[in-house]
Formats: sequence, C-alpha cells, structure tokens
Amino acid sequence: MVKHEQESTNRPDNTAFTQQRLPAWQPMLSAGIVIPGFLIIGAAFIGIGVALFVTSQSIQVLEGPVFFYYALSNFFQNHRRYGVSKDDNQLFGDTSYFTSPSSSCSPYQYDSSNKPIVPCGSVANSMFSDTFQLYQVVNGTNKLVPWDGQGIAWWTDYSIKYRNPSVTPLQNAFNNTVKPINWTKPAYELDPTDSSNNGFINQDFLVWMRRAALPNFRKLYRRITQGDYAQGLPAGNYLLNINYSYPVVDFGGRKKVVLSNVSWMGGKNDFLGIAYLVIGSLCVVMSVVMLIVYAKFKFPDEE
Amino acid sequence: MSFFGLDCVRKRERELERKLRANDREFNLSFKYATNAIKTSKYNLFTFLPLNLFEQFQRIANAYFLFLLVLQVIPQISSLSWFTTVVPLVLVLTVTAAKDATDDINRHRSDNQVNNRKVQVLIDRKLRSEKWMNVQVGDIIKLENNQFVTADILLLSSSEPLNLVYIETAELDGETNLKVKQALPVTGDLGDDVEKLADFNGEVLCEPPNNRLDRFKGALTCDGQKHPLDNEKVLLRGCTLRNTEWCFGLVLFGGPETKLMQNCGKSTFKRTSIDRLMNVLVLCIFVFLGFMCTILAAGNSVWENNQGSNFTVFLPRQDGNSAAFTAFLTFWSYVIILNTLVPISLYVSVEIIRLGNSFYIDWDRKMYYARSDTPAEARTTTLNEELGQIKYIFSDKTGTLTQNIMTFNKCSINGKCYGDVFDYTGQRIEITEHTERVDFSFNPLSDPRFVFHDHALVEAVKLQSPEVQAFFRLLGLCHTVMAEEKREGELHYQAQSPDEGALVTAARNFGFVFRSRTPDSICIVEMGQQRSYELLAILDFNNVRKRMSVIVRSPEGKLCLYCKGADTIIYERLHPSCSKLMDVTTEHLNEFAGEGLRTLVLAYKDLEEEYFTQWQRRHHEASTTLDDREARLDQLYEEIETGLMLLGATAIEDKLQDGVPQTIEQLSKADIKIWVLTGDKQETAENIGYSCNLLREEMNDVFIISGNSPEDVREELRHARTSMKPDAADTEPMPGRTLGKGVKVIADEAVNGEYGLVINGPSLAYALERRMELDFLRTACMCKSVICCRVTPLQKAQVVQLVKKYKQVVTLAIGDGANDVSMIKEAHIGVGISGQEGMQAVLSSDYTFAQFRFLQRLLLVHGRWSYLRMCKFLSYFFYKNFTFTFVHFWFAFFCGFSAQTVYDEWFITLYNLMYTALPVLGMSLFDQDVNDAWSFQHPQLYVPGQLNLYFNKKAFFKCALHSCYSSMVLFFVPYAAMQDTVRDDGKDVADYQSFALLTQTCLMFTVSIQLGLEMWYWTAVNTFFVLGSLAMYFAVTFTMYSNGLFLILPSAFPFIGTARNSLNQPNIWLTILLTSTLCILPVVTYRFLLIQLCPTINNQVMFKVRQAKASPPPLPRRARIRRTSSRRSGYAFSHAQGYGDLVTSGRFLRRPAMSRSAAFTHVGRATGFSPMGRSAGYSPTGRPQNAKAPDVEVTSLQMYRTINDPAL
Repeated sequence: MVKHEQESTNRPDNTAFTQQRLPAWQPMLSAGIVIPGFLIIGAAFIGIGVALFVTSQSIQVLEGPVFFYYALSNFFQNHRRYGVSKDDNQLFGDTSYFTSPSSSCSPYQYDSSNKPIVPCGSVANSMFSDTFQLYQVVNGTNKLVPWDGQGIAWWTDYSIKYRNPSVTPLQNAFNNTVKPINWTKPAYELDPTDSSNNGFINQDFLVWMRRAALPNFRKLYRRITQGDYAQGLPAGNYLLNINYSYPVVDFGGRKKVVLSNVSWMGGKNDFLGIAYLVIGSLCVVMSVVMLIVYAKFKFPDEE
Repeated sequence: MSFFGLDCVRKRERELERKLRANDREFNLSFKYATNAIKTSKYNLFTFLPLNLFEQFQRIANAYFLFLLVLQVIPQISSLSWFTTVVPLVLVLTVTAAKDATDDINRHRSDNQVNNRKVQVLIDRKLRSEKWMNVQVGDIIKLENNQFVTADILLLSSSEPLNLVYIETAELDGETNLKVKQALPVTGDLGDDVEKLADFNGEVLCEPPNNRLDRFKGALTCDGQKHPLDNEKVLLRGCTLRNTEWCFGLVLFGGPETKLMQNCGKSTFKRTSIDRLMNVLVLCIFVFLGFMCTILAAGNSVWENNQGSNFTVFLPRQDGNSAAFTAFLTFWSYVIILNTLVPISLYVSVEIIRLGNSFYIDWDRKMYYARSDTPAEARTTTLNEELGQIKYIFSDKTGTLTQNIMTFNKCSINGKCYGDVFDYTGQRIEITEHTERVDFSFNPLSDPRFVFHDHALVEAVKLQSPEVQAFFRLLGLCHTVMAEEKREGELHYQAQSPDEGALVTAARNFGFVFRSRTPDSICIVEMGQQRSYELLAILDFNNVRKRMSVIVRSPEGKLCLYCKGADTIIYERLHPSCSKLMDVTTEHLNEFAGEGLRTLVLAYKDLEEEYFTQWQRRHHEASTTLDDREARLDQLYEEIETGLMLLGATAIEDKLQDGVPQTIEQLSKADIKIWVLTGDKQETAENIGYSCNLLREEMNDVFIISGNSPEDVREELRHARTSMKPDAADTEPMPGRTLGKGVKVIADEAVNGEYGLVINGPSLAYALERRMELDFLRTACMCKSVICCRVTPLQKAQVVQLVKKYKQVVTLAIGDGANDVSMIKEAHIGVGISGQEGMQAVLSSDYTFAQFRFLQRLLLVHGRWSYLRMCKFLSYFFYKNFTFTFVHFWFAFFCGFSAQTVYDEWFITLYNLMYTALPVLGMSLFDQDVNDAWSFQHPQLYVPGQLNLYFNKKAFFKCALHSCYSSMVLFFVPYAAMQDTVRDDGKDVADYQSFALLTQTCLMFTVSIQLGLEMWYWTAVNTFFVLGSLAMYFAVTFTMYSNGLFLILPSAFPFIGTARNSLNQPNIWLTILLTSTLCILPVVTYRFLLIQLCPTINNQVMFKVRQAKASPPPLPRRARIRRTSSRRSGYAFSHAQGYGDLVTSGRFLRRPAMSRSAAFTHVGRATGFSPMGRSAGYSPTGRPQNAKAPDVEVTSLQMYRTINDPAL
C-alpha cells in the first residue's frame, strides 16, 4: 500500500478547483429570459418615469418651504486650476498655514506686499458677493420676508471640513494676514453677529467653496422656513432688493435668482422622468421586436 | 555570464588556442581559464534591484509610466497627484520583480546543487573529494561508474581493458545507447596509480572552447612526444559513465567553457500572436492618446482665447502664460489624465492569467500518466492561449505515435488465418486486456511477456502440422537476432529491428526457440529438442531486395533456403504450384493491411546439394571480387531465390500509443492538420499513417512523392495538384496578404474530397529548395494529412519553418527524441513526450506530458479555454479602461479643457488595482463555455480560435466604440440629471464632488454588470469577486470620505462627507439605475439579436448543452477499424542493411578483449556496414536496458536493441 502511494506521488490532487469542475451557474441570453426581462424593465421604467415626471411637475414656487437660489452661468468653478486654488489645511483652521499658505493658491497666495492671504486661492477670492432681501408688498408697504441663512451648507462642511482656528477672539488668528483681494471685508467679519456663522464656517462661504460640477450652476442662498412664509409664499407682489457687487459681464456670464421648493426627488428637473419614460417605452418596443425575431428564427432549434 | 565588465574584457582578448599542463595549477592559472563553477542565475543580492528595475523599465509600458511620473512632478502640468501613478507602477514592478526573484532563486538553487556535487580530484599527490566548482583546468579527476562527467576531460586511463570507457550521452544529444571512448596507450599505462598520475606532467594544446559536440582537435605532449587528440579521447560534461568501474581524466574545459554549456544557447523567447497583437494595439493606443490630447489642447487654446482671457478676473493665468502655452501645458496634463488608456496592469494581468491557466495543465489528472507517474507540465507559462489556435501539428512517429513495440499479432499459415478470437456464434471478439491469453507454460523457454489470444495456433503447433512447424522454424532461423543466455533458460534477444525481435520471440513461444548462434551455425530448440542448423549463407536484406534469406543445413543434412520479405517481391518468385495458396494468402494480407498491420510473406525452398555447392562457389568468387561486387551478388541471390514455396504471412502490429487514432480523429475534426515527420522508411511510415487513421482507405487519393530529381518532384507535385483541383496546377498561388519583407501569405485552397500526401526524404530535400517550396507547400496544404519519411532533424525544422513562413497560422511540434528538438524549438509551441528516451525533447519543449493522446485535452480543453479566457479578458479589460478614460474626454468640453478629472483621485488610483481587478481575473481563470466533456463532443468549437475570431483588431475597434457609447452615457446622463437639481432638503448636490461620486458609482455598476454579461460560468468565486468588489468599492469610498481619515490628513481626503450627503438621495440612485441600464440594455439587445440571427458555434453548443442538461454520452470507444485493403501492400519492415555480414563475421563474439575493441572502433569501416534505420542508431525507449545495468557486460551488440520491453 505504501509502495503504491509512493508510486503515484506526482498525481495531481483531485479537487473541483484544480480539475476545473467548480459548480457554476451558466446563465444565457435565451429568449425566455431576455424578452420578459425587457417587458418587466420597460414597465418598471415607465412607472418610475410617470412618478418622477408628476413629482417634478408638481413642484411649485409658492408652496413651502421655499428656497432662494442664486445662479451663475458660464462660470467655470470646475476648472482645474480654479479647483486646486485653495488650502484645505488653512480652511481646517490650522494657523501654521495662515502664515504660509499652500503654493497651490498662487497667485492668491500672497498679496503685493507679500503678506499671506487668508483664505487664500481663487475659489475663496471669487466668492459671490451680491446680497439679497425679499419683501412682500402688502398694502403698499414692504414686508421683509424672513429667511434662514444657517441651514444651507452640508453638515460635514460646517462641522468637520471647515473650522475656525481655536483662537479668541477670532480676529487675532488673522494677524499679519490680509483678506482676499476681491473681498470687501475680512473673513472674521463675514457675520460678526453670530460667531457660529463667522469666519470659515460662514455658510455663504461654505456654499461657495463647494464648487459646482458644471459651468452653469445654482447655489442655495436662503431658506424661507419661518414665520408667515413657512408654508410658502402667498400670492402677491414681491420686491427683491439686490445689492449688486459681483461682476459677471466680463466673462459673458449671467446671474439669476430662483425661488423654488423641493420634492422627495430634489429640485425641479424633468430630465429623469422623461428619460425613464422614453427608455421604458423603448424597452417595450424592443421586446416586441425581439419577440418577432425570435418567432421568425426560433433559435435554438431542435435540429 | 556576468553582467559586469570582467567577462566582457576577457572575451575581447579571444582565446585562440588552449594550453594547459597536468598537475600544474600555477601554470594553468596564468591563463585565467574559467573554473568549473557554472552560473545560470542572473542576479545576486546586490545587483537584483538595479538590474531588475533596469530590465523592467525596458518594457515600453513601464517606461511610459516612469515618464508620466516625471510629468506629474511638474506643477504646471500635474493634473493628478503623483500617487495615482506611483501606486500602480510600484505594484506592477513588485509583482514582476517577485516573479523574477523566485525564478532566479530556483536557478541559484540548481546552480548550487550542481556546483556542490563531489568529485575526486588529485591534489598534492592525493585523491581528495572536492566540490565540482573547485575543479580547475589541468586537474586530474577520478570518475566512478554511473557518475556524471564533471567537466570536459581528456580520458587518461580506465579500469577496462584497452582503456575503454562507456558513456551515455542522453543529456547531451538524447541518445541512450552507450558510446565508447578510448584513452591513449601512453596515458592508459598510468592506470590508477596515484603516484604515477601525480607525476604526469603532459601538456595539452587544443582548440579554444566551442560548441561542436562532434569534434575535438588537440595534441598531448608528454615526455617530449606529441600525440594527436580527437573526439574519441574526450569525455564531455553532461555524459554519464557506464559499465566502467573508474576512469581518470584531465580537465580541459571547465564550467561555462564546456561544450555542454556552450551549447546552452539562449533559447529564443517565444511570443504568442496575442502578444504581438497587444503590442500593436498599445502602439495604436499611444497614437490615439496623442490624437485625443491634441484635440483637447486645441480645445483648450480656443477656450482660453474666447473665454479664459475674460475669466481671468476670477482665474488669473499663471505667471501671465499665453493661451498657446497654456494649451501646450494642457496637452501634457491630458497625457497624464488619459494615461489609463495605456493599461499599465495589462501585462501583469496577462502574465497572471497565463500562469493560472498553466497551473491547470500541471494539475490536470486527466493528463497524468499513472504508469510512469508523470503529470503534464507547462514548462513555458506564457504561451497558453496559443494552444487554442493551433492549425498545424507536426508530429514525430516513433515514441510519439507509436510505442516502438512490435507485437506478433496475426499470421496466415498455409491459407489459414490465426490471431482472431471468435465467440461461440462465430462473431469476432474485440481483443481487450481481459481476453483470455494463450498459455505457453508447456514451453519452459517461452517469453512470459508474449501475448497471443488465438488458441488455434497453439493447437496447430502441438498437432505437429508440418506447415505450421516450417513456418515457425523459418522465423527461428531466418533473422539476424543475437541471443544471450545469462542463466539457463533465461534468454535475451538483441535485435536490430523490433520487427525481427517480435518474429523471433513469436517463434520462441510457439516452440521454436532460437537459442544461440555462431557465425556458421544456429541453434534452436524445436518443440523441446535442441537442433543445430549449419548456417551456410545469409542473403542479406536491403531496401531494393526487400527480403532476406538464409540457407541452412538441417541436422539431418537437408539443405533449405528460408526467405521472408515483401509480398510483392516474394510473390514474383513463387513456384507456380502455390498459386491457389497465394490467392488465399493475398486475401489475408489485404485484411492485415486494412488493419494497419505490417506484413511479411514467408517462403522456403529445398535445395539440391550439387546446385548449392556450385552456387556457393560462385558466391565466394563474387564476394571476393573487387569491382561490381554488389551487382554480382545481387544477381546470384536473385538466381537462387526463385521457385519458392509459400508458407504464409506474418502480421506485426507496430503498437500505437493508447488512443492515438481517436486523438487524431478528434484533432482533424477540430480542423487541425497533422503532418507526420519521421525518420522511418516510407513503407513503415505509410503503414502507421493507416493504422492511426491519418491516411484512410476512403480517401480519394494518397499521393506518393518519391522523385529522385527536382524535375520529377515538381512534376509529381503538379500532378497531385491537378488531380485534387484541375485548375490549380499552373495558376499562381492565391494572392494572400503580404507579410513584412515581401513574403506572401498563402491562402488555403479548397479542394473537393480528402487527400493524403506521402513524401520521402530525397524528394523532400528537393521540395524544400527555394524554387520549389511553394509548390510543395501548396500541394501539401491541400491535403488532409501529410507524411514525410526519412526526414533529418534539420529537415523537420525546415518543414515547420516553411509553414510558418507562408501561412499565418500557429504551429505545434510534438516529439520525444533528440532528433525532434529542432522542430520543437522552431514551432510556435513545442511539446515533448516525457518519460521517453533522453531528456532533450522535454528540455527544449514548452509543454510536456507522457502520452500523445493528452494532446487533444491540451488543445481542445486547456488551449481552447485559455484562448477564450484571454480574449474575453482583453476585450473586457480594454472596455473597462476605455470607458473609464473617455469620460474625462467628454467632461473636458464642460470644464474649459482644463484637464480636470471627473473622478476622485483615489478612485483613479484604485480603479484598476482594487475595484475591477479581481472580477476580471476571476473570469479569466474560471470561465468556460461548455465543460471538457462537451468540448470533446464538439471539436468544431476549436475552429474560432484558429481563425482568431474572439479577439482581433476588429474586436478591439468594436470594444473601443462600445466604450465610447458607454462613456457618453456615463457622462451625459448624470450631467442632465444633475443640471440644476438639489437635494431633497434644498442643499447642493450638483457640486463637483457629488458629481464625481455619482459618475464613478455609475461606472462601477456599469462595468460590473458588463462583466456579468461577459461571464459564462459563474462559480461561487466569481460571484464573490464581483459582489465583493462592488462592496469593497462602497466600503473604501465611505472610508475615504469619512471624518476620521480627513482629520488625519485634511489635504489628502478632501472628499469628506460626499458619500453621505449624496448617496442618501433617491434621485442619485435613480440616476445610477438609469445610467447603468442605458449602458447595458443595448448590449443585451445586440447580443440577443446576434444569437438569434447568426448564432456562433459557441452559442449553438451552449444551447444544446442547456437542452441536454446532462453530461454528454461518453465518446464511443472506437472499435478497431477492420477493412480490407486491396490497394496497398502491408509490407513494412524497419530493418537495415548490413547485419547479415555482422552476424556472420563473428565480430559480435564477446571477449577476448582484443576483438572487443576492434569491434568498437572499426565495425563501420571493416564491414562496409552503415546502419540505416533509426533503431540502429539508438534504442528508442528510456526504460532501463541491460546495457545500463552494471552487471551486464557490454558488447558490440549495443547496436542491437534488447528485447525486454515488458509489453512484449
């Protein structure tokens, strides 16, 4: 017996793996799967499409809560050189980067007198600076529509990604630095009334710093969630007061403001709904075509 | 050997001649000859890193990535962080380096093992055991029996008389028969006297190191006398000492300078056609990359001019660069971003896949041969997919198709046929291992290994039927076999040809035992009675006569001539009274031929005493004349061999290896053409052609090309072509595609019907000449099978070369012997049959296994799967990378051509390495369309591989188009869906980071589902890999975007929170669903319609399998084909001329020592004997032979083959 074993010491192991016999599922594109599959997908897509389209159509301006957006076009926040021009460490509140900002911020790293710019870089420097007030005209008087500028940025940006240096008063951290060139006031004065909305955690600043994916974008400015207007803006005359300071004409851009509410699927966008409807219908059509082809050629045949 | 200057310098001052003095190390050291240490390894501990890196960066892809790395360091250009390139590059380099290191460690190990072998060296007048590596030129060493020869040495003295030694050169040239070497008498006198040897101070002047194994020139000066040295006195490294107690030798060449090492030329590195295609594709990709980058740079220039210059308010240009310069920088930035087009991990992945698929070959139990305990082995791990594309197989015959064992299978005696077994109803029974054997125990001298099944023949012998007795008496007398009787009753036959061995053994078992012979007598035991016949003449065999006869005088004094030979020849010489018997025998002969057996016809003639005396006188005269001796002898033979009486016929089976006919049938169903290239004679080769199904009786025609002049050959080839295809004779070869250097590819020409072609040696030599090679190739390729006989090793390679040159096909050569090495090296794939003679074929082959029949599994299963997997891998791999990369291209139009990436940099780094690596590897290691059993059932599945259908330039183009579509969907659908949208709480979701995450998630789903579509065989592992990779993608993404990592390194993980904030949005998921569906559905539709409208063979078989839902019926075991052949003679006899003389000359007699040496050194010249057959040269089995066993003395019978095959 021992001898026998020795004789076949080179015999390979008999396992499903080495002998390539692993049990397996072998799916195939047979008519029985593909045609019903297409029908089901088609039906499901049409269903989703209808739901999305109806939802999108139902988004009204005047039902609350209403969101106030500003929109810019032809503005390349997604340009590579623009995108890298900031210093995450600095914005994280690390004061050592206040005195020597990252070179990626160049040419907004140091000002002409070689003082470090805080916050440095193109992104911060180009922060949107128009301000808005919305009034309802009631009986000839302008009634300010109260809105909320606090809940407009991502929680992660507000609480983790951006931090003020732990220096009080905040202003001291900015000693020997200068404000970005285009800014009218330094960062520590963005909202002097509210320390939780000041400096790098100012929510307007955070919204701006989350750069857009596409050259035409809208950014949330305020939410109308309180008071008389929490349930929406009643029909009537409104007055929008715009403090105009942000130049867009130079690069052929345009500014817009948008008032809108949202649904479960976000803002108003008809694309998804229509796309689902079209693709769903195409699936149904294709399943009919495939059925015809299958009926005609009958593969696989029993030969 | 070394990479550093040393050796190069030494090589420059080339050695012109070698001078050395025995026992004088100082003198010899002054020449700086190489010591006996060998080094096949490439690196050592310190040189590994620099050398290996240097080698790796010679690969274009690696060099390219190094270049990219340099680009990325330039801040103005760097569009991606350095780690995106470094991580994959380091990984790829590490994997390759690890592989190289293991290879080199193995080489070190084998070097060490060889270098540390011990040998006895004469140092300081004493014999000391030394390591091989310490042996130096000029040392005297002592070798003992069965030791390897340490270095190239000059034989000084030996234990054997006349200073002979016997060596086996199997490792050198593959021949297992022993060769003899003889020392000079002057050194031979030294004997084993250590004192004398230590005083020996001869000087050798010889040629410098070279690789000629068959030549050596030099001179030994000793005691003022000069003695010439030649090859006969030199033992080469790699040989083994046999049958010699000891010998002393003087080291001439050591280590790298030995002829063995000088012959280890660089084996040419074989590449597969996929490799070449890949290189072309990578070049195409480079061009395409340049093209895309140019477009984008141009776009950038336009954008900078129109918009960028206005946008400088918010985005000033760096250092006031002009628009044109920015465009130039952008070009390079895009080169970096789009680098994933050039797949860095491609080569590594391909290597891994090939390695995995090679392991399957090593592991395959169905290619394991239990009898010799040999598993199959993939010696080269880089050629697998080519196994799925073989179009031509070139096979050796002996040892590959046949076992070179002849068995006495059937015979026809006096009109009665013996050998078949019938059941009680008269039905012929298939003979298997279990069929009852004839019991030969009545005969104490019988050979126990002889197997016969038909009892009728034994009965006939026992009944003392005179014809049957005469039949076997003839077999016992008319031959040139030698008998050796070590112990009483223990007979060993040594036969020059296995045919004769089989016949004599048959006679032995049926009671006519050939016992011994002297030059003038033959002693046989006839049914227990010892009788001595006087041997009066041997009328020797040759290829023209095709017969041999002996004239003997029986103990009773009766003179008789016994003759055996080809039917056609003997029939002409029969006595008219035999005509009736002739008809019956002819019928039997046809039947034998139809079964592929080798036939001989036996006849006898009683001679008158007077006539014979007179004939003998004339014979003596003729054989002593000088001029025209041959012709006169022939005439005399002719005269006496007339009026013969027919006895019957023998049928010998040249035993095929197991399953050869079935394998050949399977392979030809797979549209593989098989050419047999053999050194055998035409008849033998043709015969084997029939018995292994290569040639078939039902073929329309089998052309025999045997012209003796170029014109004849050309005419015969043309004739063959005209009969196959009347209009093909004179037309120029079909204009195929032109290869480089103006060589045309010859397209296949279709012919009606099946044809075979047999071409003999001389004709082949003409046919391979430049002027005629095309004629030959065209004709041969029109035939279903081709047999070339009498082919030299060089011609074997030339034939392979010819097909490679004009046909764009993949070739495979399979063989077992040293004579097959050239073709094994020449063909795209070389297969060695292991466990046979020598190791040469195995050592130079790419794949080895023990049995020819495993070839069908290697090709139809492993090859086909490997090819399928490789092609699927490539098309999917290119698809996933292109899709990934093209998205950047579309995004460029919306980000001011600024070389902004779409994805997160981490994703770019990990996409190829982690997220998509395993699923595609899993597919390429496990995928199969149908299992092995079904692959055998449908050999046609192999054809797409030969036509290179699965992956080619067209498929690559298609795959690029598909990627183009997918990438557009992947970019524009999220683009449209995200335009102006927000989260359900009104916050931002159309920001760059969310968009990046959305796109990359869509991409992950799309490529995963696409992989699912490609995969035909979902094992648990595949499922785990696919789902696991997706899960890992999410896990890694959430980790990368987590607070923790951000807090550790804020600038490295800027995407914090993106996953949480966007992946909780329904519209994001709806977009992902939409995008993936839109990418996949058209593919499903296209494939479904394709299957319906023009299903491929794979689709057909797969659906068939699905319907059958069970394993296929096992292939029917082919019954032995029984046909009668009326067209051809079954004559084939692998005998060579010259042995008659040898047997009668008495030279074979053993001892005294004097005659022994004479027999060795002069056998060839003295007898005018030149062995023609292959078996004369060496024995074709690697099984232990008598000659090798230490207790057996060696005689000149080495030229004979010992009949001790267990299977006999």
